[in-house]
Amino acid sequence: MDSKNNQEAGLIDDVSSINDAMCVNESRLEHKWYHNLKYLGAGIIFGIILIKAEVVSWFRIQEMFRFQSFHMYGVIGSAVVVGIISVWLIKKFNIKTIYGEPIYFTPKEFDKGKIYGGLIFGFGWAITGACPGPLYAQIGVGVTVVIVTLLSAVAGTWVYGYLRDKLPH
Amino acid sequence: MNIVEFISQPWPWYVAGPLIGLTVPILLILGNKSFGISSSLRHVCAVCFPANVSYFRYDWKREIWNLFFVGGILLGGILTAAFLRDPEAVVVAPALAEELTQYGITDYSQLVPIQLMNWESLGTLKGLVMMVGGGFLVGFGTRYAGGCTSGHSIMGLSTLQWPSLVATICFMIGGFLMANFILPFILMW
Repeated sequence: MDSKNNQEAGLIDDVSSINDAMCVNESRLEHKWYHNLKYLGAGIIFGIILIKAEVVSWFRIQEMFRFQSFHMYGVIGSAVVVGIISVWLIKKFNIKTIYGEPIYFTPKEFDKGKIYGGLIFGFGWAITGACPGPLYAQIGVGVTVVIVTLLSAVAGTWVYGYLRDKLPH
Repeated sequence: MNIVEFISQPWPWYVAGPLIGLTVPILLILGNKSFGISSSLRHVCAVCFPANVSYFRYDWKREIWNLFFVGGILLGGILTAAFLRDPEAVVVAPALAEELTQYGITDYSQLVPIQLMNWESLGTLKGLVMMVGGGFLVGFGTRYAGGCTSGHSIMGLSTLQWPSLVATICFMIGGFLMANFILPFILMW
């Protein structure tokens, strides 16, 4: 079977994307734009889960960082457990995508940005009560002022991109 | 109680957590996509104002699935507000409620403290620091770290990547320091 070759091709892709620490999702298959609607559907379901679980609640995030509630630890912990089992099953049974492509994983490279950036994001998460996903969900649910927070996050990303070469990594 | 009322209640962690975890295999099986949301912020920059910054000069059209996904999250919010709204206020831990009362935060009717986060308070220093400053830190920090809660804490840990564990620990340390030692001063202004 040619899956081994494909996996190797996947690894070559990975190497080229490591320095960029992103854009790891390039599939070699070309699809019409409407194939992306399935991700819209997945996003809708994901958004509903985020809101109904109150993961997008500023109050739940404050409780988490003050160790006043188990809720967020339970959500993230059980999500990781299910994620680990799912990935293990995918590897174990060599499960393919719906297009028959082998599934491949991209190793994340360590650099000091994980520490500095991680701390900076932690500061922002505690202030806004939202990581990037919840920002979109909060806007959708009707807290329109969060549009400003989201635009500011886009600005933060842009400034990072601009200063990237000068920052310690 | 009908089914809509039933699912409109807040979901417990042991329902929501596993469902969030299933997003990892679903995106992989739908098309080899690695779960991650903060990348969308980079794509927005690449689409709208790449300037001459090399970090934003790539073929964003190949990453467009990510913008469909976050668009879905937005739509999910709209649908929840329209059909699955929980009429009850957010239940807040007593210790937190006591602390927040000191800062004048008593309205738990929304997912965010609406007394702090509204269009009028954008004109105040506190509102500006929290919404504009906080958002900036989220966007800057997630890209500096190469991912956020979804990309590192869920996807990265699911694939047992130690750099993601380092990033996750730093998210928690940063959040702990801010929530306990800095944010109280901001909220007291």
